[in-house]
Amino acid sequence: MGKLFGVVLAIIAVLSAYPIVTHMYAQPVDISTHGHAIDEQLSDTMAEAGVSFLGAQLLLAFFVWKYSNRKNGAKVTQLPGGAKLMVAAAFILVGTEVLALGVLGQKAWADVYFTPAKPTAMQIQAQAGQFAFYFRYPGPDGKFGALHPDKIDEGNGNYFGLDPANDVEARDDIVSGELAIPVNQEVQLLMHSKDVSHSFYVRELRIQQDFVPGLDLAIHFTATQTGRYEIVCTQLCGLGHYNMKAYLNVLSQEDFDKWLKQKASEQ
Amino acid sequence: MQEHSAQVAHVHAPPEGFLRKFVFSLDHKVIGKQYYGLGLVAVFLGMVLSWLMRFHLVWPAARVPGLELFSKVGAPGGVITPEYYLSLMTMHGTLMVFFVLTNAPFAGFGNYFLPIQIGTEDMAFPRFNMMSFWITFVAFLILITSFFIPDGPPISGWTAYAPLSAVGNDAGPGLGWGQSLWDISIAVFCIGQLLGSLNFIATTLDLRAKGMTLMRMPMSTWAWFITACIGLMAFAVLLPACLLLILDKIAGTSFFIPSGLVVGDKLQPHAGGSPLLWQHMFWFFGHPEVYIAILPAMGIVSHVLITNMRKPMLSAKVIIYSMMSIGFLSWLVWGHHMFVSGMNPFSSLLFSFPTLTITIPATIITLIWVGSLYGANIQINSASLFALGFVSMFVSGGISGFFLAQPSIDIYLHATYFVVGHFHMVMGVAAIFAIFSGTYFWFPKMTGRMMNETLGKLHFWFSLVGTYCIFMPFHYLGLVGNVRRYSSFVDDFMAPLMPVHKFITIAAFITGAGQFIFLFNLIYSRFKGKQAPENPWNATSLEWSIPSPPPWDNFGGKHPVVYHDPYQYGVKGSKGDYVMQDSPEAIAEE
Repeated sequence: MGKLFGVVLAIIAVLSAYPIVTHMYAQPVDISTHGHAIDEQLSDTMAEAGVSFLGAQLLLAFFVWKYSNRKNGAKVTQLPGGAKLMVAAAFILVGTEVLALGVLGQKAWADVYFTPAKPTAMQIQAQAGQFAFYFRYPGPDGKFGALHPDKIDEGNGNYFGLDPANDVEARDDIVSGELAIPVNQEVQLLMHSKDVSHSFYVRELRIQQDFVPGLDLAIHFTATQTGRYEIVCTQLCGLGHYNMKAYLNVLSQEDFDKWLKQKASEQ
Repeated sequence: MQEHSAQVAHVHAPPEGFLRKFVFSLDHKVIGKQYYGLGLVAVFLGMVLSWLMRFHLVWPAARVPGLELFSKVGAPGGVITPEYYLSLMTMHGTLMVFFVLTNAPFAGFGNYFLPIQIGTEDMAFPRFNMMSFWITFVAFLILITSFFIPDGPPISGWTAYAPLSAVGNDAGPGLGWGQSLWDISIAVFCIGQLLGSLNFIATTLDLRAKGMTLMRMPMSTWAWFITACIGLMAFAVLLPACLLLILDKIAGTSFFIPSGLVVGDKLQPHAGGSPLLWQHMFWFFGHPEVYIAILPAMGIVSHVLITNMRKPMLSAKVIIYSMMSIGFLSWLVWGHHMFVSGMNPFSSLLFSFPTLTITIPATIITLIWVGSLYGANIQINSASLFALGFVSMFVSGGISGFFLAQPSIDIYLHATYFVVGHFHMVMGVAAIFAIFSGTYFWFPKMTGRMMNETLGKLHFWFSLVGTYCIFMPFHYLGLVGNVRRYSSFVDDFMAPLMPVHKFITIAAFITGAGQFIFLFNLIYSRFKGKQAPENPWNATSLEWSIPSPPPWDNFGGKHPVVYHDPYQYGVKGSKGDYVMQDSPEAIAEE
């Protein structure tokens, strides 16, 4: 039965690798300026992981195939090189891989998190609440009105808890259920949670960031292709979690201006 | 340690009466079986929950006949609601992680075999030992109670992230009493584990037989010992975390809840807390927990493999040192669960490095297993098949960890099915394969009867092929960006992936059904199995030097003396190609 184990395991290993090698399942097209670094890192890791995976599984399969249930009296032998060889191999192969991936990966991470947004970045506030996203644009004055959690009234469309009666800066704020942004323009998203933890995930943007209640975070990105993309919540937030979505609408600058004007008139 | 072996008095009297023998037993062997039994109940319950989840994912509107009798609110007319899906998911995770993966390989087998493998009569603190099981049992009952309260179990996942888990019913169903029961259950569970860990450590350090130096302990004992050290620190942090969470919920404190939250249209009366504090405390336990599950598994598999290879490992010492370094590094990596949580992005890089580094000792262990097979005379039986399956599963699940250890890639893969595939393979399936391996290996010792090998092998093939069919596609889904913890995939980018989900669901049903072969084999062999000899596998460690099943005081009032390292295989001994640890005969160098 050792031979059978070897054969079955080899088949499993090859079949497991097949969809990866043929790119049957892969990430969608990248529409961000930083995403290529993440994709490269992913495919480098995939190459190294794939070789390790196939190497280890096939070796295991081969050894079990060859060395199981041998004839009585078969003399057992040890691998030349012994444990020292294995330890050295682990340090050299995996150690290099760890260092290389670790060091290279830092750059991709730094692109997202250590490079501050440019002063020209467009500021948009995103608020996550059970079970919807809302987005707020500062309006012509360029300033966001203050948030008053006690004034939140979803029935009347006051999702953020603004107080336009007493707060001048809030009067021209534009609130939208979809995130429209101009193409090729850096956007800084100011993330605010109304209730529990949520997350902002757009596959095509290669962005995922949690909303943390009580902690206002910011992320920035530039979209390079127009189109509509799904924003989904990826932090378990309650019974409607599976349905917590919004759209990212990447528009040409011209269309974006029109959209914003239209939205402003609806407020 | 030799001086301890001189004591002749028994640690406790022979058990008398039904209660002392089978229920409130002080005997580590009975307690080990109790833990194992609890794990068995939990694993089948957890598996049924996963069936319901997989069923709901692909046929969300279909009826599960009879489920409405179990939960009127969660499954009206037998159709699972989205929130009940989350309840099932929370309970599946909690049962599997706490009551299966912690209980069976560590507390179950560890209790039974650690004292025997070091040549002692019982644990250092038999009463504590009995308490730790019964405390764990109470924790299990408290958790299960949540199924029977009107609101049902919590919907916050096994990670119970605050503030969702901390603000009560306002945040959704199951977050009131259901969540409180979860919190209390886990806090109680921690107490049981802390007592158990203390017991393991004291026993290993103080009660070894004459000649049983630390380096002469079998690898399984080493693994249980290291795990106990990890458990002592991990559960000591989860316990206060749970207490603080309970206080937030019922006493109005704000450890994990900041000000200004409007949940369920209500402004919450809390201020000053931090949701990230819960995540840090939870994962400070949560990551070592992965090793609490997998280190005993490694120990068991090493022990089974080496016996069935009929020759020494390339180096048992290197495996032990690697397990120690994994244990140590396990404290430095918890932040890799939090790369996109909003913690300082610089800490992500700091957590990434030890996470990548931990693959080095893990690779060393794997290479030693695989390299040791070279030139071996592998005995194929159910136990060794599952041990070899473990190695394969550990490699598959471990390698996907490479991706998730890198913060940049994690931006894309975090919270997708890639993560689900990764931890199910490396922590879930691998550890369960080790439990199976240990069961087929030690069952003869524990019951005095052999398990049926044909059924065992059949069970193995179902499990190996089945689990690959279930969990490999999870990785593919994750690469496309399929988000986890969603109760359905409607009208979104995930909908086209439904055929893959269907395949997984069908595979899960078949693989799960295959597990009943094991259950049948276990029960059938317990009563009708062939009589087991003292040492059916021609093994060398002390558990094989005593009758099957062992007498209540293990060594029949005698004190074993140990003369050799634990794995003297491939040598010329009086009994064959091995020399037992307690055999005074000299080992002829070949």
